[in-house]
Amino acid sequence: MPAKASRAAFGEALLDLGARDERIVTVDADLSKSTMTAAFAKAYPGRAFNVGIAESGMIGLAAGLALTGRIPFACSFACFVIGRFETIRVSVAYTQAPVKLIGTHVGVAIGEDGYSQMGLEDMACLRALPNIPIVQPADAVETAQAVAYAVEYPGPIYLRLTRQSLEPVHGADYRFQFGKVDLLRPGTDVSILATGGPLANALAAAGKLAAEGVSAEVVNVATVKPLDEQGILRSAGRTGRVVTVEDHSIHGGLGSAVAELLSEVLPTPLKRIGVTTFGESGDPKGLYAKHGLDTDGIARTVLKFVGR
Amino acid sequence: MANPDIARLEGIAREGRVQILRMLTHAGSGHPGGSLSVIDILTALYFNRMRYDPRRPDWEDRDRFVLSKGHCVPAQYFCMAKAGFFPMDRLITLRKLGSALQGHPDRVALPGIEAATGSLGQGLSVAMGMALGLKLGGRRARVYCVLGDGEVQEGQVWESAMSGPKLGAPDHHLDNLCVVLDYNGIQLDGFVKKILDIEPVIDKWTSFGWAVLEVDGHDVGQVDKAFDQAEAIAGKPVCIVAHTVKGKGVSFMENDPEWHGKAPKPAEALRGIREVLGGAAPDWARPIITELEALGRT
Repeated sequence: MPAKASRAAFGEALLDLGARDERIVTVDADLSKSTMTAAFAKAYPGRAFNVGIAESGMIGLAAGLALTGRIPFACSFACFVIGRFETIRVSVAYTQAPVKLIGTHVGVAIGEDGYSQMGLEDMACLRALPNIPIVQPADAVETAQAVAYAVEYPGPIYLRLTRQSLEPVHGADYRFQFGKVDLLRPGTDVSILATGGPLANALAAAGKLAAEGVSAEVVNVATVKPLDEQGILRSAGRTGRVVTVEDHSIHGGLGSAVAELLSEVLPTPLKRIGVTTFGESGDPKGLYAKHGLDTDGIARTVLKFVGR
Repeated sequence: MANPDIARLEGIAREGRVQILRMLTHAGSGHPGGSLSVIDILTALYFNRMRYDPRRPDWEDRDRFVLSKGHCVPAQYFCMAKAGFFPMDRLITLRKLGSALQGHPDRVALPGIEAATGSLGQGLSVAMGMALGLKLGGRRARVYCVLGDGEVQEGQVWESAMSGPKLGAPDHHLDNLCVVLDYNGIQLDGFVKKILDIEPVIDKWTSFGWAVLEVDGHDVGQVDKAFDQAEAIAGKPVCIVAHTVKGKGVSFMENDPEWHGKAPKPAEALRGIREVLGGAAPDWARPIITELEALGRT
């Protein structure tokens, strides 16, 4: 299976699901070509709404649609979605309006457009709100299933999607399980818990670490909220060391969620790999290297962490 | 609806004013000014306009009502109790721990409330989504949304105002959506004209493509007639600009920004209630007067 951006897999899945369920509608704010809902809009013009560059209105509109029996996907760049936090807080999360919030273009991996377009705090913000799960699928196979899950899920839900292509980490027979981590590579010395864009790099880093005599377990955390506490505690218990990897601020994202869990339940040495700045313009590969999210960076950090 | 019984509606609104003063006095906090300015509009909506069934608050064909200026929810709570959504004696639990009568409208806590509002500016976009969702679902129900005049300073209102007349075209124009602007001229910090004048507000809505009507928001007959006109307008949503008086009906609250967000003390509430009632207290009002007199002695 070729590498594919999760936003592209989302657009294809939505097109497919839209044929089967008339309740599905999209709401965009002038980024439908980027969020990949444009194909849906072309196929079902009566069910695709573009409100112009007006994200607050888009999210409120989606809430009203959800409360009258539609299944709205409200889509924009993650940073613009989360920028309308107050509308999400009151009209979506508190209300439990079953809006499917789609945040694309997450992380420094978007590259050249730079800091103002990078979704780096979306998970931190939404983790603070009750009622709204966060799912970041790892590849196209998982994305398609996560979108189908979002349609069935009875409440609001947030899908965090990438602009860049993602290497496949799952076979075609993979079955996404909401709220469950997914063990991709067993190991004994350290658990690498990764989500989204840099997951494939974490897997490659585990290969490199094996050559250095370090047995790294790699776990895909697609559901960042609610966290699969048992799954993560089992892995941490097995290896005794945990590294988190995310293309998101280390403050408030996966690393924070894991730190909160471990420090309360099973104190375990922890290293968080992620972003600590607003981001900047540059080529995506260079940015991943700068923030330690590339294969070499992850391997280097893990080696140092395990004391080799 | 034809031939509204104006005297009946005025009687309900009078009772609403008394109950607003009563519940805010018990709560010890809240927003009397805007509740009193909007009560005639809500009375016309709840008792001569909207289709709903208090025993089936999730009936799919019900008309929807969104009080976007959520701080004035005491007026809505009165209408809901009067209509039978919950017993009238529950009104005095307003703002108390564990009560479904939250300080601002709460869809989760209280069946019959359609949206969580109080964070100003959001209600219109949610109401628009409902109007569109109802159209897409092939339902004939209508959506009513009340905005405050200070509230329209929020940017999100104008995002929705701009797209409202265009959204859903060509098959599903939102002519099932009726906005009412409660134009009482006062917001928390003072007079709207001084804080941030919203004029020319009729031109603004008109230029965005809305049908705009103008009424005296305390004349229930006029308000009701405007709702008739709004229902007859096809192809676009309607905005009714209702000229109102903040604190209407209680002389010392009228047009005074102080009473935007301050609860009356029992003696003040009693004075207000006597003004609202005019002459001798009717049977239903006597226990309320006794209750507030007792509260004043504690």
